[in-house]
Amino acid sequence: MTLVIIFIFVCITGVLIIPFLNVKLKGIAALAAIVINTVISGYFAVQGLTGPEISWVMPGSMITGPIPIRIDALSGWFLMMVNFIFITGGWYGLFYMNGYKYQSKKISLHAIAFIILHSSLVSLLAVQNSIVFLVAWELMMFSAFICVIFEHEKEATLKAGINYLIQSHICVVMLITGFLWVSFKTGSYDFRAITTFSMTQTGPGALFLFMLFFIGFAIKAGFVPFHTWLPHAHPAAPAHISGIMSGVLIKTGIYGILRMLLLIKADFTTIGYIILTFSVISGLYGVMLAIVQHDLKKLLAYHSVENIGIIGLGIGIGCIGLGTGNQVIASLGFAGALLHTLNHALFKSLLFYTSGMVYQAAHTINIEQLGGLIKKMPHTAFLFLIAAIAISGIPPFNGFISEFTIYTGLYQWLQSASLNSLIFILLLVLGLVLIGGLAMLCFTKAFGIVFLGNARKDFHHEVKEGPFLQFVPLYLIALFMVCIGLFPQMFLSLLMKPVGLLTGNRGDVLVPATANTFSALSSISLAVCGMLVVALTVFFIRKWAMRKRLVPAGPTWGCGYVAPTARLQYTAGSFVRSYVKLNKSILLFEKKEKEVTGLFPAESHYESHAYDKFEKWLVDKPVAAVKSFLKHFLFLQNGSLQSYILYGVLFIIGVIFIPMVFDALYLFIDFLKRL
Amino acid sequence: MLSVILILSAALFFTGVINRTKSILTGRKGPGVLQPVKDIIRLFKKGVVYSTTTSFIFQAAPTIYFSSVIMAMLVVPFGQSKGLISFQGDFIFFAYVLALGKFFSIISAMDTGSSFEGMGASREALYSMFAEPAFFILMGSMALLTGQTSFQEIFADLHLGSPISYALAMLAAFVVGMVMMIENSRMPIDDPKTHLELTMIHEVMILDNSGFDLGLILSAGLIKFAIYGALIVNLFIGMFPYEYTIPMFFAIQVMAAVITGGIESFMARFRMSHNAQFIFALTSVSLLIFFGVLMLLGKFI
Repeated sequence: MTLVIIFIFVCITGVLIIPFLNVKLKGIAALAAIVINTVISGYFAVQGLTGPEISWVMPGSMITGPIPIRIDALSGWFLMMVNFIFITGGWYGLFYMNGYKYQSKKISLHAIAFIILHSSLVSLLAVQNSIVFLVAWELMMFSAFICVIFEHEKEATLKAGINYLIQSHICVVMLITGFLWVSFKTGSYDFRAITTFSMTQTGPGALFLFMLFFIGFAIKAGFVPFHTWLPHAHPAAPAHISGIMSGVLIKTGIYGILRMLLLIKADFTTIGYIILTFSVISGLYGVMLAIVQHDLKKLLAYHSVENIGIIGLGIGIGCIGLGTGNQVIASLGFAGALLHTLNHALFKSLLFYTSGMVYQAAHTINIEQLGGLIKKMPHTAFLFLIAAIAISGIPPFNGFISEFTIYTGLYQWLQSASLNSLIFILLLVLGLVLIGGLAMLCFTKAFGIVFLGNARKDFHHEVKEGPFLQFVPLYLIALFMVCIGLFPQMFLSLLMKPVGLLTGNRGDVLVPATANTFSALSSISLAVCGMLVVALTVFFIRKWAMRKRLVPAGPTWGCGYVAPTARLQYTAGSFVRSYVKLNKSILLFEKKEKEVTGLFPAESHYESHAYDKFEKWLVDKPVAAVKSFLKHFLFLQNGSLQSYILYGVLFIIGVIFIPMVFDALYLFIDFLKRL
Repeated sequence: MLSVILILSAALFFTGVINRTKSILTGRKGPGVLQPVKDIIRLFKKGVVYSTTTSFIFQAAPTIYFSSVIMAMLVVPFGQSKGLISFQGDFIFFAYVLALGKFFSIISAMDTGSSFEGMGASREALYSMFAEPAFFILMGSMALLTGQTSFQEIFADLHLGSPISYALAMLAAFVVGMVMMIENSRMPIDDPKTHLELTMIHEVMILDNSGFDLGLILSAGLIKFAIYGALIVNLFIGMFPYEYTIPMFFAIQVMAAVITGGIESFMARFRMSHNAQFIFALTSVSLLIFFGVLMLLGKFI
């Protein structure tokens, strides 16, 4: 109880103090506030994750009613993740913001928004009262919006931020509808009311309620087709904010879906199929679009859509397991989903942080203009490479472990499925495999073009690595990833409680239920360690064999051509050209080119842009239609104060008189009836 | 352990047999069966030339590629005896560990800054992506048929089922064989003996590798061939006693090599632009196996 008050107090003090500090201290104060709050919330999170659920009730106010705070294993898992990413992000951000140190006011606002973002995230993971939850949700969105539009003098940034704000509010509308529906029926804002409500529903009521919440949270999480805000907002934000948004902010959507699965008692099989369908489409579509992006951060943003799809696959499999009463499938699915949530938070934030490093050094993240950075920025390149391998789901890193768990879930489900679901599983396997392969195509492109080869453009400034301290949090994340990759059993035993909660097994039933997978995981850990040993052995043998031999250096073999320039290298566009040709029908790819003609060709050019078909048809076209309809009412907004006052008066009259007229009408009809 | 020894010994002659078949069919005298191994031993004794454009990626990649193939080899079982590493879902590990090697060979090609090698890298990334679903659906159908999820148990149970399962094994052998061609950049997809860099896939990616590193890459190629050959063998031998299965192993490996050589002697490489479709079409053969399994299990009514 006192800790909660300290938590709020730290947040408020931070917010109040920051404007009065000098630029350097602002960031440190923000980080300090977050560290203190992390310690407090981490204390509860560890308890929730290892022991029984912690719960107590705050008195609350007249509007909200009592505010129950419950931290169970699920909240605990997400709390730990949020805290870890926020600390690394805050630390990294201290250095990232160095380039903007003369914009003191903007930094104050940013630091304040950053603290509020953390506090609101932590509180929405802990409270179980719908009104307080919505307030925290709104705070989170708004502070994230302020963080995103840090460079608000750029029009594109502001536009992306507003796009995010609007789409997030569509999500809020969904959530409010859901929560209000429940509270009108039960008269309580406590989350437990949702359970009692869904138990009393016969027919598709509970399913409909779940869908309301699902769509709401899916907008936040970035499931296709609700993802269109994501590829705009992530590139616009500063790198540490992009990392945090992609790492933990969109995961609140996943948390929401999992929380609702715990609360709503509906037909889990149907829910499972719905989630799986959304997920596999998200996964494939996300990575397919990621491949054709030339903006490094936009590429990563589309990859978040893909990874949300993979997490969704895990959740869907878990639901199917719940629906069919198969504990093994359910545990595997949920374990895969939760582990991938953590894994994605780690490698995606690392990727965003390293791309921020690239931006700091080169002042651009347009892939086509970069190249050969590995020689100037070896640490950044190394970290990016680790994260790229991990995100492609390749051992020995963490991405493989969660994808492996999800695969095992799928193959387990295969053994006990009926004909229709067998074909569905087949599609899912196909989807997951293609996602993996496409991710590899995408990240070999991103890493190869940005870091390898020769520089494609001469920069007028020096391109160099950031300070050592900036790398500390990045290496910390990388270390964590390697640990999960090498010793997955340790992390899976931590996962036991939240998975048990989701599968409805409060005890430690997970152990016997998935003993097979657990032994598989320890063998994987052996296999992966073995791989390291083999690689190191080969490496040392090679080193020993080469110790006395000549290792001359020469130019790259140009097939006889002796004067190759950096512009002869393969570009990102050419690397994925055959892929684009194959998928012309799905992608929206525009090319502008002027062909080279004649013996003495004049200047020519080539330009290509990729756009999102879902965005075109679901956002752009309807918005354009609404705009062209509303254009007819433009005369109302004429800029004269008198008419605006008139509108206000008309509105008030309307509010007062329409019910009166309605009452009169009602009386009149009553009168007629009596006649 | 047995599988490792067998695969390594098959690797010694596999490529040699292919070359020998080709030379006989085209009426040349041709090199001996062990020539590829001798070439590799010679390479291992040489120094290395590195391009000034390259970084540590280029130097580390051959090592990692080689170790990934070795790890994949350790997973493959032989009849009754398990691979050195065997667990539930080990075929997923098999495919993904090979992907690690591929990832590194692709980025090491890009590390040279050569447009030719970039081209090879792009093709390799695309084609290997399309080949993967066929393998996973194949293993999925086998898992469904046998109710097991590890290589050794799947292959053992396949043998215990009805004789019709051997018909499926034939189809599966075709799929694995084609995946072998794609993974090793062989004929219908890629021509190892082509003379123009523009038409290569794998060969162009390793243009800049030399000496010890090239030796690692080439020996990994030999082992990879034998690994896929061993998978094909496993589809048929089941739980037979060793005195039959070991000769069968070598017979099937030699047969696979001879067929590969035959294909290469009589066929031309596909057009590069049709490769992707062709590889993805393999998935439909896998689907055929899947539906075959459904029929066997009586799920189709």
